[in-house]
Amino acid sequence: MIAFLRLLARNRLALWGGVVLTIVVVLALITPLLPLADPDVTNTAERYKKPFSDGALLGTDHLGRDLLSRLMWGTRLSLAVGFAAAIVAATIGAAIGIVAGYYGGRTDNIIMRGVDMLMAFPYILLALAIVAALGPGLMNALIAVAAVNVPFFARNIRGITVGIAHKEFVDAARLAGMSDARIILTEILPNVVPVIVIAMSTTIGWMILETAGLSFLGLGSQPPQADLGSMLGEARSALITNPHTSIVPGVMILIIVMAINLLGDGVRDALDPRLKSGALSRPMPATLVDRKQVPDAIGDGILTIDDLQTQFHIKNRVYKAVGDVTLSVKPGECLGLIGESGSGKSVTALSVMGLVASPPGVITGGAVRFKGTDLVGAPYETLRSLRGNKVAYIFQDPLATLHPLYRVGDQLTEAISSHRRIGKAEGRAKAIELLKSVRIPNAESRIDSYPHEMSGGMRQRVGIAMALANDPDVIIADEPTTALDVTVQAQILALLNDLRRERGLAIVFITHDFGVVAQLCDRVAVMYAGRIVEEGRTDDVLDAPAHPYTKRLIECVPELGGGRRILAAIPGLPPMVDRLPDGCAFADRCDKAAPACRVGDIALVATGNRAVNRAVRCIDPEPAPRTEAAQ
Amino acid sequence: MAGYILKRLLSAIPVLLGITIIVFLIMALIPGDPATAILGSYATPENVAKLNRDLGLDKPLVNQYFIWLGNMFQGDFGQSFALNRPVLDEVLERFNATLILAGTAFVLCSLFGILAGVVSAARQYGFADKAITFIVLLGISIPSFFLGMMMILLFAVNLRWLPVSGMWPIYGDRDLGALLSHLTMPALALAVVATGVIARLSRSAMLEVLRQDFIRTARAKGVPERGVIWRHALRAAMVTIIPVLGIQAGFVLSGAVYIEMVFQWPGVGRMLVDAILKRDILLVQGGVVFVAACYVMFNIVVDVAQSLLDPRIKT
Repeated sequence: MIAFLRLLARNRLALWGGVVLTIVVVLALITPLLPLADPDVTNTAERYKKPFSDGALLGTDHLGRDLLSRLMWGTRLSLAVGFAAAIVAATIGAAIGIVAGYYGGRTDNIIMRGVDMLMAFPYILLALAIVAALGPGLMNALIAVAAVNVPFFARNIRGITVGIAHKEFVDAARLAGMSDARIILTEILPNVVPVIVIAMSTTIGWMILETAGLSFLGLGSQPPQADLGSMLGEARSALITNPHTSIVPGVMILIIVMAINLLGDGVRDALDPRLKSGALSRPMPATLVDRKQVPDAIGDGILTIDDLQTQFHIKNRVYKAVGDVTLSVKPGECLGLIGESGSGKSVTALSVMGLVASPPGVITGGAVRFKGTDLVGAPYETLRSLRGNKVAYIFQDPLATLHPLYRVGDQLTEAISSHRRIGKAEGRAKAIELLKSVRIPNAESRIDSYPHEMSGGMRQRVGIAMALANDPDVIIADEPTTALDVTVQAQILALLNDLRRERGLAIVFITHDFGVVAQLCDRVAVMYAGRIVEEGRTDDVLDAPAHPYTKRLIECVPELGGGRRILAAIPGLPPMVDRLPDGCAFADRCDKAAPACRVGDIALVATGNRAVNRAVRCIDPEPAPRTEAAQ
Repeated sequence: MAGYILKRLLSAIPVLLGITIIVFLIMALIPGDPATAILGSYATPENVAKLNRDLGLDKPLVNQYFIWLGNMFQGDFGQSFALNRPVLDEVLERFNATLILAGTAFVLCSLFGILAGVVSAARQYGFADKAITFIVLLGISIPSFFLGMMMILLFAVNLRWLPVSGMWPIYGDRDLGALLSHLTMPALALAVVATGVIARLSRSAMLEVLRQDFIRTARAKGVPERGVIWRHALRAAMVTIIPVLGIQAGFVLSGAVYIEMVFQWPGVGRMLVDAILKRDILLVQGGVVFVAACYVMFNIVVDVAQSLLDPRIKT
């Protein structure tokens, strides 16, 4: 509760709303104690006095009644009716919703059908019908407004209750022999109260507006008693000659409802955990860059990544997703980037074209050079013209990565038309050709399919076709086969391999599977906790892993016909990248960890022949397994 | 598609019946004797009994309901005693005016609401976003009838740009120009609240969509940012926005009651309020059933639009 209030108070707008609302409510409460004129005493000699005149701070109305006094009493009445309607609606609606959600089955069905019927009305028709039946009057207006809002609460609360009614603690209560009534009161109700509060805070402003509206129409409070709505209604005839009589109550309604809405938004944000982490920020067109200096080019190749650092800044935490990664890939070469989930391999790949979601992502250092041009911090248009054109991506899980509402043919054509003009017929022909090049059968008809109409393997092929659309020089494939079964995976890998040989593509292939690396990649870099821990030719690394982590990772791969070998899972979890330990990040999970492993920075050191780019980040690398090599 | 439309139409039948039952039950709540209400308190008991018999009010409630329903099926919504003309004629005439007002407001709020929401989301936390968020907050907090009155003061009384009220000039031609000049203020005043609600929802729908993987794919393809926002993100967000448009249509129709009062617009809302104050029950009954039925039909149109937009919905 205290945390909730603190969170609410941090929201400045909500705080203002709360303060204003409190002032209005307090004033309304103490109205009878204030030295105000009698709101109902008429004095026709003093009609329509302007505001700030003697004896009447806000002037007088058409019957010479003091407007300030009427405003205060009217506010009191409007607030009372609005809150009462909200409480009545919430109580009845929640009761109906809990009963429907808790008992389910036929009870639920009948109740919810009725609720749906009520919701089929534009709300005011229902309110008008109720007032027509009961007759005009403030009490009847209150009933009408409350009744109209009951279905809203009932439906909301039912949804929540259904979710709770099948939880373990409710089953436990039932097994303990508690009665339904007791379960509802002690187990269900406390859990739906926050939802009721949210629903009330977002609707109470509406209810005040609606009751004011009915009064404005002459169907609510009856003279001489007046709430804000009927004050406005009475003032309407003098709108042109004496606008102040309308403005005074109108502005008051505006202030009240606005304060309630601000506070309500604050309550909703504070209670809705999804909004807490700032998860609802949208990623910008390109990743933010905040870099101190540009490093010199280290590697050579068509695409080089030098000392890249990408971080996520969430609240006060800094997650170092990528720390000083240096990689390069040449035309026709396939570079594997391997590591566990969260090792930073995808973030590395997305950083290349500035596709890391930002906020919260920030590239804080390093350079990414395509044919010598630095892309980090390059103007958006430079990045855009290269994206998909020279450097293309293939993503994992194509059901999520293809647009669900466009035909795959249109999505393919768009990849081309984003970079050069292309006619409709030509685009279609090219799309068919692309689908054929990734061996999709019946490409002519498949082109008009939506992604959800295709199988996972087909969608992945579409993803690859899209990457090939502009004959790129580099393809960055981010776990393109992870979601697929083994036979399809093998086909896709063979396809990528062919394309690389035919077109001289450079491929950066990201995976967590050494089996896949062995099939496709010339070289491999192993990532752990955002850093490269080992790098070298695929055969070399597979035959003689130098870093303990690499060794353990290779041991995780089951071998067909390998006999009854125990698969050695690596114990423990990778460290959180916002609290990286000193020294080696793998030390906590490493058998060979020594005190020296936890001190200072451990460099990536080149080992063996410089021509094969072999390097390892370990002070005690694994010895080459000569015995096995000799076999 | 035709099958889907038919299915939705059939599913509307129980809803429509439910509406008539609810309206009938509410009207059955009326305290006292309708015949006495019609004839006045000086009526003789014989006359009251005769009128009750004529109106079928001596029969059980269930019979009364089916008689009323049967008559409505034949287009007989009864006779308005205050206006002394068939309810249906009056409702149709008035509904026409409401349709012009609410329809215009609905188009306005859909366009401006979605536009504001998209711009707001695309410029999240920027100046445009903050400005729009503030205006939207103001829009959903101001009572539409108060806004209408203030617009009259400003645009009709002070600036003399637009006529104060009514649907047609008292003297002069009833042409499109005259209609538009009379329509501008009420339609805008009516659209404001719904615009705010739609803008808020569109903003959050867009923010939700912009975080999806397929947006990253579009960017990775090199689609210009304008295309990412308007073609990719908005298209996907429309799936959540369209149903809200359906709900907001109900709010626009509701708000029309106030706006018609403020601007003396000869619509069905003003008719209902007058009828309630005059206790013209049959007119209220007929008006409510008719408008609610139209709203149900409109929501079917929304559903069909939704299914056209989203190929994943089985039709």
